[in-house]
Amino acid sequence: MEDERPIIHTDPEFAVAEADVRVIEGSGTLIGTSLWRDAWRRLLKNKLAVFGLIVVITITVVSLIGPLIIKAATGYTYDFIPNNVVLIKSMPPLTGPDGSFSWAHPMGTDNSGRDLLARVLLGGRISLMVGIISTMVSLIIGISYGAVAGYLGGRIDNLMMRLVDVLYSLPYIILVIVLLAMFRSKTPVGQLVLLFIALGSVSWLTMARIVRGQVLSLKNQEFVLAARATGVSTTRIIFRHLVPNTLGPVIVYATLTIPSVMLTEAFLSFLGFGVQPPLASWGSLAADGIQSIAIFPWQLIFPGVTMALTLFSLNFLGDGLRDALDPQMRKA
Amino acid sequence: MLRFTIRRLLVTIPMILVVITLTWGLIRLAPGNFYSGEKKIPKAVEKNIREKYGLNKPWYVQYGRTMGHIVRLDFGDSLKYQGQSVNTIIARSLPVSATVGILAYLLALIVGITVGSIAALKQNSRWDYTSMALAMLGISIPNFVLGPLLVLLFSLALYWLPPSRWSGFPSRSVVLPVLTLSAIYMAYIARLTRAGMLEVLRSDYIRTARAKGLRERDVVIRHALRGGIMPVVSFTGPALAFLLTGTVVVERIFALPGLGNYFIQASLNRDEPLILGIVAFIAMTLLIMNLLVDIAYAFLDPRIRY
Repeated sequence: MEDERPIIHTDPEFAVAEADVRVIEGSGTLIGTSLWRDAWRRLLKNKLAVFGLIVVITITVVSLIGPLIIKAATGYTYDFIPNNVVLIKSMPPLTGPDGSFSWAHPMGTDNSGRDLLARVLLGGRISLMVGIISTMVSLIIGISYGAVAGYLGGRIDNLMMRLVDVLYSLPYIILVIVLLAMFRSKTPVGQLVLLFIALGSVSWLTMARIVRGQVLSLKNQEFVLAARATGVSTTRIIFRHLVPNTLGPVIVYATLTIPSVMLTEAFLSFLGFGVQPPLASWGSLAADGIQSIAIFPWQLIFPGVTMALTLFSLNFLGDGLRDALDPQMRKA
Repeated sequence: MLRFTIRRLLVTIPMILVVITLTWGLIRLAPGNFYSGEKKIPKAVEKNIREKYGLNKPWYVQYGRTMGHIVRLDFGDSLKYQGQSVNTIIARSLPVSATVGILAYLLALIVGITVGSIAALKQNSRWDYTSMALAMLGISIPNFVLGPLLVLLFSLALYWLPPSRWSGFPSRSVVLPVLTLSAIYMAYIARLTRAGMLEVLRSDYIRTARAKGLRERDVVIRHALRGGIMPVVSFTGPALAFLLTGTVVVERIFALPGLGNYFIQASLNRDEPLILGIVAFIAMTLLIMNLLVDIAYAFLDPRIRY
């Protein structure tokens, strides 16, 4: 036993295998690192992905607690319109009503004199919420649908995936616009709920395909056979044994779904079908800003740039996660 | 091949009908209609209107009549734009959308494939990182932010180009809409080309081509590119759908009298014939283009058999 030393390969082909184990200090025994720890380490090596992660966390935290701080410090909220008529105008960033320097409105105000920073942060809350909730909806539908189709296989699978193919080629954005325009809700919250339904119901298709593909390749493995042999029910096999094993690609795709849903939301809000005033999202703020871009460019630039930065970071994070969780793809 | 085409056509036609039916259903299921505006119409007038447009008949009769007209490509008259048939409106606005869309896609193809190939050839170089970061930026900047920023720069600061309005195809009014629409496709195509090229450049036939002493230029242009742009070809289908949403925004920003702008107006006005006409037209174009892309794919890649 004394001679059995851990073999550390120096050949580049074994580099990955080597990284997967580490030596416990002094004992000479090797322990494997889990997939997740390994992926996390690879992610941290990717500078752009780390940058993305930091920006996403910062923007989320700031939009969550920022409005509270602003309210406590200055009393401004996203829908606070000043009583003084003189103040109901768009003021440039960091400028007071008399044109001198002031910290009161770091991003200026909009046409009704509302604090733009508070509105951009509210926009962040709503845009992120739309992105996350719609992605959750797409996760729930997509995973269940894909896993069931993949596991059951045969004619049912064929039928279910044909349906996905058909839905895939629909010009869904057109239908979403018609839906939102026709069922336009009287209340801003109602319209927001409608938006969740519309976005969630169209973004699950790719997720279903990915999960189905994973399940197809997993379902013939021994652990499924073992589960079946011990009498585990089909539902339990699908959701307790197969679904957890598809999480890698699902997480990657979910991270990339969030920015694309946010972009669609912004697009719909920009056209006036999405988030309704007094609520605001980055898309609706940009739509307001574009009206007076020549005179008050900050009304477009602040929400626009914040949104672009967030999407940029989310995309980099998603790409980094994909590289980290799937080393195979990094080689390509 | 022929069998595949016929089979696909047989699926495509019902799909177009499904899209139209869904749209019709959405319009009808929603509360209110074109006439339920702020202004109250006298009962008698409303009754006459309902009779004229057949709104007093049961829903299946109305549905049958609408579909009957649509199948014959007769979409009727717009409710909002009095005296104009939906067909004239489409015929008038389509060239605008098509010009912007096609020019944007061509520009994206040229720039995207060039940038993507160079990035793949010089993998991990500074050029590679810079162009891919720019591409990611292109994907992340919404076109309704990019468009106004370009206007701010080129029209309001430099006075080079008109900020909006349409003055026909070969004119300076085309430049900004095309650039705005093109940015995201450029970015996507550059990324796809890079990924495709990286894979192809490692393949055996490229090694063979190099081994037999071909010039690097020939290896890249004649051998590698052909395989490398396959992902770009398959992106054409989704790109068309994207192009659609893109043109809607760009037409709004630059006030172009295109299809997308009319569609948004029609949706806001609940102008049923116009909505149905444009949806039917878009669905047809999109699905037929998708079919063509699939056929083109089979021609380009001999390994694909349908």
